[in-house]
Amino acid sequence: MRRRLRENILVSDYDRIVTLVEPGSSVLDLGCGNGDLLMRLQRERRVRGQGVEIDQNAVIECIRKGLSVFQGNIDQGLADYADASYDYVILNQTLQVIRRPAFVIEEMLRVGRKGIVSFPNFGNWLVRAKLLVGGRMPRTKKLPFHWYDTPNIHLLTIGDFLVFCRRHGIEIQRQVNLVQTPVFRLLLFFLGANLIADEGLFVIRRRPGT
Amino acid sequence: MADAVPDVGLEPGSVGIVATQTLTVASPPDALEMDCGRRLGPIQVAYETYGRLNPRKDNAILILHALSGDAHAAGRYRPDEPKPGWWDLMIGPGKAFDTRRYFVICTNVLGGCKGSTGPSSENPETGKPFGLTFPILTIGDMVKVQKLVLDRLGITRLLSLSGGSMGGMQALEWILRYPESVQSAVIIASTSKLSPQSIAFNEVGRHAIISDPNWKNGDYYGGPLPATGLSIARMIGHITYLSETSMNQKFGRRLLNQAEYSFEFKREFEVESYLHHQGASFVKRFDANSYLYITKAMDYYDAAVDWGGGSLEKACARIRAKTLVLSFTSDWLFPSHQSRELVKALRQNGKDVSYLEIESTYGHDAFLLENPALTRAVGSFLDNLSEGGQVS
Repeated sequence: MRRRLRENILVSDYDRIVTLVEPGSSVLDLGCGNGDLLMRLQRERRVRGQGVEIDQNAVIECIRKGLSVFQGNIDQGLADYADASYDYVILNQTLQVIRRPAFVIEEMLRVGRKGIVSFPNFGNWLVRAKLLVGGRMPRTKKLPFHWYDTPNIHLLTIGDFLVFCRRHGIEIQRQVNLVQTPVFRLLLFFLGANLIADEGLFVIRRRPGT
Repeated sequence: MADAVPDVGLEPGSVGIVATQTLTVASPPDALEMDCGRRLGPIQVAYETYGRLNPRKDNAILILHALSGDAHAAGRYRPDEPKPGWWDLMIGPGKAFDTRRYFVICTNVLGGCKGSTGPSSENPETGKPFGLTFPILTIGDMVKVQKLVLDRLGITRLLSLSGGSMGGMQALEWILRYPESVQSAVIIASTSKLSPQSIAFNEVGRHAIISDPNWKNGDYYGGPLPATGLSIARMIGHITYLSETSMNQKFGRRLLNQAEYSFEFKREFEVESYLHHQGASFVKRFDANSYLYITKAMDYYDAAVDWGGGSLEKACARIRAKTLVLSFTSDWLFPSHQSRELVKALRQNGKDVSYLEIESTYGHDAFLLENPALTRAVGSFLDNLSEGGQVS
């Protein structure tokens, strides 16, 4: 297995995703929202981008931006897409809201040569502290919702994702741990990503031969 | 060409008072070669235009009507005309097809009965109406005639074209047949081919007309019309344009002017009265033979067969236009999966296509009714095109 590249950064996940994508490649953004990321990828990386989004208003926003967008439910899979038909399939801040995360990750790695996944890290110390000390479902900047109206139904930690990939034959090519301030970047070095990072960002692909 | 005249005190957003114009194309020896193998010409085409063609002639949008539509897509003929054109909600200053920016054209289809040559027109060879001697026509033939009209108007490339239902089939045919002549297309509540269920409904409608004793093998002009047959055809059509929910909301089981059942075979339910009214008013404005020819053209249409040897994916390879495909959740006549099939074929070819399934309870008719999401989606799509906002 190739060595996994790790980095701990301060920039937003958008900024990092944009630089992770090879210029001129093809990208499918699952849960593309109002298309801001796709727009940046087109402008800054000249990608051929397409999006999938379930929300009607977000789809219309994408249309206004001139993007190619398909209204659909990614939980139903990507049956309309051929194997390896995109260089990258992106799941940006979407993994925790879908019903069938394992299935969707399998699908994204079938359709894309590489997958880019980012999600809020539920193992973050503040999240843990809020539950441990307050005894209530944690609400943070990254997880601002009450338990009763949250779209997040499959919250996970960076540690969970690492185990998932190992068990499902998925190779992590790059792990990016996002933190908000330089202090935490230092702490992350000592205490580990799972406790300190606000978000995890991974470049993954199917492990060759599986 | 005469433009629509604004400022005559009509409601805001109206294109104003309009007039249908006609021009003649395909005059012999350049008669139209039809898909059935016969030649037809000269062909008269009724059309309306709204807005102004810019000097570069690159702001033209062609609107394509559905089965029972006509060239009168927007505005009113007279200030007191009870209803405006059939897509007045979408066409006008500040509307989705913004006539302050775009030059909007709508033609009556070949085979129609609202000013364009069709079975009720006079056959120049006999001096009598064509009737069933009119050649069987296809969606492709309709589109060929529209292209001749645009050539005559000096428009070589359309900014966009759009239509719902059969209008969407024409839009698809346009971008397949003339890929270089269209920058973009909006295909609404439509399909690349009718389902057997839709063909079945069309056939019941046709059979009602043909079974009417007044139809007389299509040779009824000057005598009594096959009104009962055409009326039944329209009633069936109307059922398929609505949804179960919308019928429930609109009529429920309410009775007409009575509290109790009459125990007679007369019209008692509101829904019955509605359908009869729709049938009767249709007879006054539509020709039964046109109904036969146009529904047949819809039945025959199959973009995959015509352009891809049976494969829609292969057919779509030739498309150059940026497309927006829209469908409605409650439309069971042109269901969303048919739109998605088209979108899939376009995506498999890496084409620039967007798809939105709009929430609506109004069934197939939804594309003709007020719907903010429809207006916003179409308006946004066109804004982006004309602002050159897309990334090349």
